[in-house]
Amino acid sequence: MKLVTAIIKPFKLDDVRGALADMGIQGMTITEVKGFGRQKGHTELYRGAEYVVDFLPKVKLEVAVDSDKLDSTIEAITEAARTGKIGDGKIFVTDLPQAIRIRTGETGAEAL
Amino acid sequence: MRFTDSKAARLAALTGLMLAPGAVLADELNSGDTAWMITATALVLFMTIPGLSLFYAGMVRSKNVLSVLMQCFAITGLMSLLWAFYGYSLAFEDGGALNGFVGGLGKAFLSGVTVDAMSGTIPETVFMTFQMTFAVITPALIVGAFAERMKFSTMLVFMALWLTLCYAPVCHWVWGGGWLGQFGILDFAGGTVVHINAGIAGLAACIVLGPRKGYPSTPMPPNNLGYTIIGAGMLWVGWFGFNAGSELAADNVAGMALAVTQLATAAAALTWMFCEWTAHGKPSVLGIASGAVAGLVAITPASGAVGPMGAIIIGIASGLVCFIFSTRIKRAMSYDDSLDVFGIHAIGGIIGALLTGVFAAQSLGGAGFGDGNTSIGSQVVAQGIGVVATMAYTFIVSFILLKILDALMGLRVSEEQEQEGLDLALHDERGYIL
Repeated sequence: MKLVTAIIKPFKLDDVRGALADMGIQGMTITEVKGFGRQKGHTELYRGAEYVVDFLPKVKLEVAVDSDKLDSTIEAITEAARTGKIGDGKIFVTDLPQAIRIRTGETGAEAL
Repeated sequence: MRFTDSKAARLAALTGLMLAPGAVLADELNSGDTAWMITATALVLFMTIPGLSLFYAGMVRSKNVLSVLMQCFAITGLMSLLWAFYGYSLAFEDGGALNGFVGGLGKAFLSGVTVDAMSGTIPETVFMTFQMTFAVITPALIVGAFAERMKFSTMLVFMALWLTLCYAPVCHWVWGGGWLGQFGILDFAGGTVVHINAGIAGLAACIVLGPRKGYPSTPMPPNNLGYTIIGAGMLWVGWFGFNAGSELAADNVAGMALAVTQLATAAAALTWMFCEWTAHGKPSVLGIASGAVAGLVAITPASGAVGPMGAIIIGIASGLVCFIFSTRIKRAMSYDDSLDVFGIHAIGGIIGALLTGVFAAQSLGGAGFGDGNTSIGSQVVAQGIGVVATMAYTFIVSFILLKILDALMGLRVSEEQEQEGLDLALHDERGYIL
């Protein structure tokens, strides 16, 4: 199993969610985060005091998938989240050694 | 504030013609005046809670939002009681030998302020309470200078002493029969008594307390500009009570005060907005709200003496100069006047006080000069005397008070408390549980 972590632009969340649902992925966790890569921040100005805000709001989406679904998951997220402009985000894939469904105790691929 | 002696004298003469000889002459209660003054009192209280409270609360960081609201609310309660105990008496009663400097204690505990007592055409209870709301907002203004780092306990003690030693005397000097009365100074609603007074005390406070930790390199953006502009709107509306109410009557002078207040404020708000648009590229909510307050402050001393066009010029001047002070000069002088109490209230008050001397001229649409002054030059000099006297006295007394309290009680919270935020550190509460 793999854990796919995607940092995306917040307004793209619905598109990504829809794309994952289309391929049968039912569950995910999202967190509101801040971050930056190459996308520059913005400035704010309060009574003459200028602040540069580097961190931009993003959404972190985590979804656990069976290894054979990995490539199609990555493709779905990428297609849905891309705008072509800097700041689209990144996807990280990590190994997921175990997964358990709390209600039933199922483990492994059945828990996903 | 107009002295009611001449009004009372005219009314007494009139009623004297109608009453039988030997009948006791009393000030005739005018229900129109009284109704308006009761309303004005409520409007001025509204300026502090919640107008000023929200204006300030929105500008601090979220971890300190409650601390500002708490300070303003507590000051409201404390000043109200102290005003009744002795503040009103010290400000407005005859001080005998010391009357030039401060009033006496003849009306301490509101002795003599009975249900029937009159002050001109309104009950003295109403006059006393109206003045109380001024004694409430003036110390509350100072909160902006020491926001986010002052101990609550010491703040309470400081405010009690400041009311006694700074507010009551200056109020007495200008409105209570004290020494500034001889110069024919025009201060209708408190340019010196309220705004310069509080603004200078604020400067003393931010000098003695020192800057917030991390100032000026750490960003400290306002946590809720929605509160701030709502508060500014409440201040604008409430200020009609402040200015038009200072006529102590529902009459033509109050009407002009109403009109000039609106015009000066509108002019100042737009001026600051355009200044910012030009200087920084975009107009801002904080800017337009600050501009409005700068206009309100500047028209305060002028509202009984100037005409509409003079008011607009006063508003433009205040918007411009306060903008420069609060953005450029403050940064250059590197004192941490957190919420620009000096930059808006002291500077705006000074601008307003001095320009009152100019635009009171009948040739410029005004109502005429104060007693003993016959030219713009002499009136401006008189205004200047009031300004300088207030600035010097209040700065020195506030500075000394703060130094003493620092030694006895400590003024600032600890570093950890400042880091954690005053809401949790001093009040065990959070302003936002989202």
